[in-house]
Amino acid sequence: MSTQMQPQTTAATGFTDLSARDRVRSLLDPGTMHELLTPFDRLTSPWLEKQGVVPQFDDGVVIARGKINGQNTLVAAIEGSFQGGSLGEVGGAKIAGALELAIEENRNGNPTSAVLVLETGGVRLQEANLGLAAIADIQSAIVELRAMQPVVAVITGPVGCFGGMSISAGLCSYLIMTREGRLGLNGPQVIEQEAGVNEYDSRDRGLIWGLTGGEQRFQCGLIDQLVSGSVGDTRSAVVQCLASGVPAVHPSEAWLQHKDALQAIDMDQPMTPSYARQILQQGDDQ
Amino acid sequence: MSTLISPKGLQWFAALTKQCQSISTPIDSVRIADGELGAHSCRFLLVTANPQAHFPRARRGEVGLQEGIALAEAINDVIEQDAHSDSKRTLVAIVDTPSQAYGRREEAMGIHQALAASVSAYARARQAGHPVIALLVGKAMSGAFLAHGYQADRILTLANDAVMVHAMGKAAAARITMRTEDELDVLAQSVPPMAYDLKSYASLGLVDTMLELSPASSDSDVNEAPGELDTSLVEQALRTTQADILKQPRGLSRRLHGQNRQASLRVRQMLAEQWNAGA
Amino acid sequence: METLHIQLPATPQPLQRALVGQVGSGDLEVMIEPNPGSDTLDIHIQTSVSGAEVRWRQLLQQIANTRSLPAMRMDIHDFAATPGVVRLRLEQAIEQASGQQHHSGQQHHSEQEQ
Repeated sequence: MSTQMQPQTTAATGFTDLSARDRVRSLLDPGTMHELLTPFDRLTSPWLEKQGVVPQFDDGVVIARGKINGQNTLVAAIEGSFQGGSLGEVGGAKIAGALELAIEENRNGNPTSAVLVLETGGVRLQEANLGLAAIADIQSAIVELRAMQPVVAVITGPVGCFGGMSISAGLCSYLIMTREGRLGLNGPQVIEQEAGVNEYDSRDRGLIWGLTGGEQRFQCGLIDQLVSGSVGDTRSAVVQCLASGVPAVHPSEAWLQHKDALQAIDMDQPMTPSYARQILQQGDDQ
Repeated sequence: MSTLISPKGLQWFAALTKQCQSISTPIDSVRIADGELGAHSCRFLLVTANPQAHFPRARRGEVGLQEGIALAEAINDVIEQDAHSDSKRTLVAIVDTPSQAYGRREEAMGIHQALAASVSAYARARQAGHPVIALLVGKAMSGAFLAHGYQADRILTLANDAVMVHAMGKAAAARITMRTEDELDVLAQSVPPMAYDLKSYASLGLVDTMLELSPASSDSDVNEAPGELDTSLVEQALRTTQADILKQPRGLSRRLHGQNRQASLRVRQMLAEQWNAGA
Repeated sequence: METLHIQLPATPQPLQRALVGQVGSGDLEVMIEPNPGSDTLDIHIQTSVSGAEVRWRQLLQQIANTRSLPAMRMDIHDFAATPGVVRLRLEQAIEQASGQQHHSGQQHHSEQEQ
């Protein structure tokens, strides 16, 4: 590996302004980042070029081993600016394969946790079924790893976290979001297309952020930490989550407490951000 | 998007659970039944249409908020009940679901978390030693398939045109990629992961068994319930698959050997080499 | 998408590998790897813009006219970047590969943001 310059990242730098690679680096203890399957391995998508789409050398996914607060950690990040942060065969296999190696590492007695930095629209349409299959692999690995060590999701960036990878985020031990991040299963355009503009107006940015933005997700108890978006804050939140260890109940099971509240939703009442908070705060133990 | 509601899931559920005890669930769109598969106890799970469902966007067989919960609860119960038993009940997910539910209420409530609940339940069941089998009798689309079926040890499909696995419906994919549906089909010939046909899907290495039914039932008469011959053929396949799962190492790695999924294996091989080099 | 291969005369010079940019809208990814013993700049381009070969040749020639280019293999993944962005990324990549930035001793390649 070549020896090159360190980016001028400080605690005040916007985490969101960084590339996926620099996001990974900014979370790891200085000097501990060991990137796996770097762009120089030239493992590009075998499917994009066939469809006339320019590939990227890392297929939009950065994987590194390193340490956070001295503890072994795997960090994976999806680059939102390449193909909308979509997951194809190679990028998906990088994340799944790395998580599988982290599981193996734990089995061998070397505690290794994981941080997933997610800026992704979900499955890459040009690799459809292979993206979906890779996400199933990632989900299986998250569930297995989180029983041993914490798996933390960091959701950030203008793309947000959608599609199958929003489910993956929901499987993690802890979820962190920056304020401008968005988290949802279906992208606004897809909902509008499938259900009509009255159901969801994809141009109504206020509505979209109001329902799926970081602040709302935090108020609804769907994430653990809301951060300003600076490198310093984001890193502190990650450190704090990792230090909390494996939670007694994971978010994917904790959410089941909303069962009765969902049945009680008044279908004549429009679903607004405040109504959503009212419903999801009902079941809260706090 | 008014697509026809598929009766296939319910028909196969009815045929395969004739001797089973139906288990009540909080919602009619999730059907659960307990019975035997060979000498092994087994729970069948189905998501199906319910025109009266509380959530209007989840009435045509979609996996929505309440479906995610009902699946998760039905599986979590099994994990808990069998926690101290050597014999872990088999789970059979009968899959015929057009999509996840698309709606404003769904997003507001965090439908991703509802689907995570059922993914988590299926994955933990498999990892705890429960054989998990997905039986695809109709559509297995996108987030709905992730939530109901894709965590299985084995994927069985009926070999007919009703079965389709994809990340996005054909019409929507055509709109988004600005192609016609016919153009999509042409493209799919050189890009198997994009294709909508079962043979292309099988070339990815994700299907364990494709079940050829008797000629009478493989035509596309959707209203015809499976006959006795086909039912016993599928039952036999489920028993064989269960036996196979019980004697082999578990996990999803057997999916990595498809003719058109070679990069997935290559990535893992290279990662493993570099992982150890960096230790 | 169009694939181009352009070769220019260049000077052998010690280099390390480098990577800058992303294949994002209006941007490009530039990768440099040393090509020991060679005296050419070997450029492989994949671009989303068709019919731009003449423009690429002109741009690269312009850069070659202003500075002596090191011999190397350069890979470009272009997603409709403007000539200004292309020029900036190429300069960044060559600087990084020539070790003109301060060293951190880290085992990684990195990208310099604009």
